[in-house]
Amino acid sequence: MSSERLPGIRPRQSLGRQLDMSARRFLPASATALLLLLTATPMGLPGQPELQAASALACVFFWSLFRPASMPPPVVFLLGLLTDLLGFSPPGVGVLTMLLVHGLALRWRRGLVRQGFMVVWLMFVAIIACASALEWALTALLTFRLYPPGSAFFQAALGAGLYPPLAVILTRAHQTLAEPERA
Amino acid sequence: MIRLSIPVRQALAKLTLPVLIAAAFGLMLLGKADTILAERARMALADALAPIYAVLAEPLANARAAVDNARQMLTIYEDNARLRQENERLRQWQAVALALDAENATLKANLSWVPDPTPNYITSRVVADAGGVYARAVLISIGPNHGVVKGQIALDERGLVGRVTEIGSRSARVLLITDMNSRIPVILEGSRSRAMLAGNNSARPRLMFWPEGVQPAEGERVVTSAEASAFPAGLPIGVVHYNASNVAEVEPLARLDRLEVVRLFNYGLHGVLPPEAAIMRQPDKKR
Repeated sequence: MSSERLPGIRPRQSLGRQLDMSARRFLPASATALLLLLTATPMGLPGQPELQAASALACVFFWSLFRPASMPPPVVFLLGLLTDLLGFSPPGVGVLTMLLVHGLALRWRRGLVRQGFMVVWLMFVAIIACASALEWALTALLTFRLYPPGSAFFQAALGAGLYPPLAVILTRAHQTLAEPERA
Repeated sequence: MIRLSIPVRQALAKLTLPVLIAAAFGLMLLGKADTILAERARMALADALAPIYAVLAEPLANARAAVDNARQMLTIYEDNARLRQENERLRQWQAVALALDAENATLKANLSWVPDPTPNYITSRVVADAGGVYARAVLISIGPNHGVVKGQIALDERGLVGRVTEIGSRSARVLLITDMNSRIPVILEGSRSRAMLAGNNSARPRLMFWPEGVQPAEGERVVTSAEASAFPAGLPIGVVHYNASNVAEVEPLARLDRLEVVRLFNYGLHGVLPPEAAIMRQPDKKR
């Protein structure tokens, strides 16, 4: 943390505070993993598998963009692996998609963070459209079977619609719960 | 911890993402080359999560029941009128069924008919979706020492649900009849002609390969066929329905979108099993 080297009065580095800080640092990753597990339970919602995939991608995109320190590549890799294992999809497909979403968010970070919500949202819509298409193509390639593309479209549309309300919650968390400086 | 200079650390940080992307490709190849390893990893995770999901399932089911109750309160009068009518109709059918049952019993007694053995079954709870976006499957929670084997047949209270394709120590995966990879030999009950039921990931699987000169009738019942000894004959699957583009589909009787409890029947059939199942069953023969 660069701010730790700045002069000024700071609270003592007690064990409790260190625990608090690391809990805040791991919050984005663990909340995303928990969301993945919860959306796999049979809630009887229509289109639940698409909801699971779309919400996970939205979380990875948001945290990679606004708090990359809490969403490093190894964590993204593990989240992708969890998605693949939970969804019984060909292993590696979810991992690759998530890593690419993470990579793109990181690359365009400098430009995007300064932009307003609309630009970020439109960017996410474009990214999730590409990610869904890639997932569809890779799954088809790895299982030698042409799947109806409806699911991929639905996943992209669901992700696009889900992002604004999710971003409201995640922004709130970003400023309060996930902020290590507030420990 | 090893102390690294800042440029080296920065270079390492930049390398992590490309290396992990390469690892993702490696994972894809590994998953393709060693399907058994992938299956074991999935079932290990499913086994670990099954008890947690089983605990969660109860309050979830309660919440869903509460929502259903509230919804039913709104249509209680219409439902009541409809049910009265239906009850009248079913009373007539019951009389017919009882007469036919008695007739059937006398005929069987005269023919020295050997009855089919009653299969044993276990009932278990559906705890999670196990299909992802491009498959239709559910995960069920079964206790340890369950004795469930691959190829067992899952039914809910109304009709055929699917077949067990993967087994862990506490959970099993059931591939639904609507999945892309599901192919079921069926009999059209009206014409007694054989056909195949092919899933396509939508809510209604398609009917294929019925013999020439026969046309599946709208509303005709479809049941399993004993061909290829993968299923016993006569399990109810659904009714024929023609969609808007005039393709024969089957509306499943089972409530596949809201499965809560399924029964796993062991008919002792091992007709069609995936290749990895055949490999895994070999050690059993040596004993």
